[in-house]
Amino acid sequence: MKGKDPGRPAPWILETKHLSRMVSGKRLVDDISIQVERGDVVAVVGPSASGKSSFLRLVNRLDEPTAGTVYLEGEDYRDIPPRELRRQVSMMTQTAFLFPGTVADNLRFGPRQRGKDLSEESIAALLNQVGLADQARSDVSHLSGGEAQRVSLARALANSPLVLLLDEPTSALDDSSKQEVESLILRVVKQNALTCLMVTHDLAQASRVAGRILILKAGKITRMGSTKEILHAETNLQ
Amino acid sequence: MLKQIFSNQLSLGLAQALVATVLALAVMGLARKRQIHLERDIIIALIRGIVQIVAVGSILVLLLRGPRWTSVFVLAAMMAAAAATSARRAKGIPGAFGVSFYSIAFGAGLVIVLMTWAGAIDTAITSLIPVGSMLIANSMNTNSLTLNRFRSEVEAHTGLIETALALGAGSKQTVSPYVQASFQASLIPAIDSLRSLGIVWIPGLMTGMLLSGSKPIYAAIYQFVILSMIFSASGLTSLVSTLLIRTHAFSPAEQLTLRPSVKATR
Repeated sequence: MKGKDPGRPAPWILETKHLSRMVSGKRLVDDISIQVERGDVVAVVGPSASGKSSFLRLVNRLDEPTAGTVYLEGEDYRDIPPRELRRQVSMMTQTAFLFPGTVADNLRFGPRQRGKDLSEESIAALLNQVGLADQARSDVSHLSGGEAQRVSLARALANSPLVLLLDEPTSALDDSSKQEVESLILRVVKQNALTCLMVTHDLAQASRVAGRILILKAGKITRMGSTKEILHAETNLQ
Repeated sequence: MLKQIFSNQLSLGLAQALVATVLALAVMGLARKRQIHLERDIIIALIRGIVQIVAVGSILVLLLRGPRWTSVFVLAAMMAAAAATSARRAKGIPGAFGVSFYSIAFGAGLVIVLMTWAGAIDTAITSLIPVGSMLIANSMNTNSLTLNRFRSEVEAHTGLIETALALGAGSKQTVSPYVQASFQASLIPAIDSLRSLGIVWIPGLMTGMLLSGSKPIYAAIYQFVILSMIFSASGLTSLVSTLLIRTHAFSPAEQLTLRPSVKATR
């Protein structure tokens, strides 16, 4: 089914339906169907090679599903131009991958793609949110790992996304930066009432950040529910 | 020394080829001592080289007696062979043969047509095929360098490219610095050849012209003409190659398809 169904209300801001990706005979993502309400923070948890990042890449359409699709506000995402889709579904990756230049240059990158120039005030406000108020003119090559991730978060927010995808945003950081960036994400997500899908291999982190948890194994959902339910079930398993 | 032993030209040629082969094998032996194993590649290249050039030499003998229009087919076949060779250097790049063929055909083809029309290349088969083959061979090298460099650049910057895509950038824009780097790198040999002309090397064509009795100044100027044509053909080839390859590196939905390998799921 393609396109927006006029008779169908769109209660979910994001919905995946039978989302799958198969590469060289291997199922990386296998029949994932979830619904995400506006303002939901959903953690996608699982061990290495469980398909968490592959799932997130499909939602941003960096990879093409081999079956199933994603609906964004009820509209099949294949009907949305990829650039517009990626603006609406912004992604923050494990490594910051900042573009050469200043912090401000990085923040301007997304809006500039659609011909908008981010004002100095907007840049200051974004940097203030991520605790880098005076760093707009700093060269990104001088930033620490934690600061680079903060810039990466601000850069993703600069696109004013409907949904924010976080792919293990703290896993490449040292312990102290990890705590700082996690608290920052939590604060920013709450302040902006963001809808968020966050991939992590750490169930404890998922329980601190998310309201719902999705557990993946070999590309498939093995458990899904509220953070409380999942923690209870996982504790009983141990 | 060989000339004193062999009076027959064919025997002399075979003896000279043997000496040159022994030298190449000695280099292979030296590389082997340093744990660099190129035996298979070098032996195959040597065998292919002698078989191909002797076969082409034999065909040329027949073609030189044929009508002039046959050179078009010979040059087209050379372009196809050059594209196939170049495409082998571009493993992992989707549509590498097509990209190589169109780039070489456009780069070398346009220069051959224009310069033949201008009178800088004679329409006689004896002139058109050797000069044309020089342009095609250099376009092939440039194309190989372009594709190889582009692939390395994209593979080294996959994270940045996909980050830019994920922020809503267009596919062409995300690879534009790597397209520029590939173009510049691919033209280094052609530029260096022009720059060092007459100082570092006196190319074979000029030597041949001198031996066949051409005036030295004309032979020198014509060599410059040839190298300028090589530069133009190489530049055009690289330009087309980079234009084509940047579209082949992405899917219609602007997903980067030219990736080191599909990343393991996390």
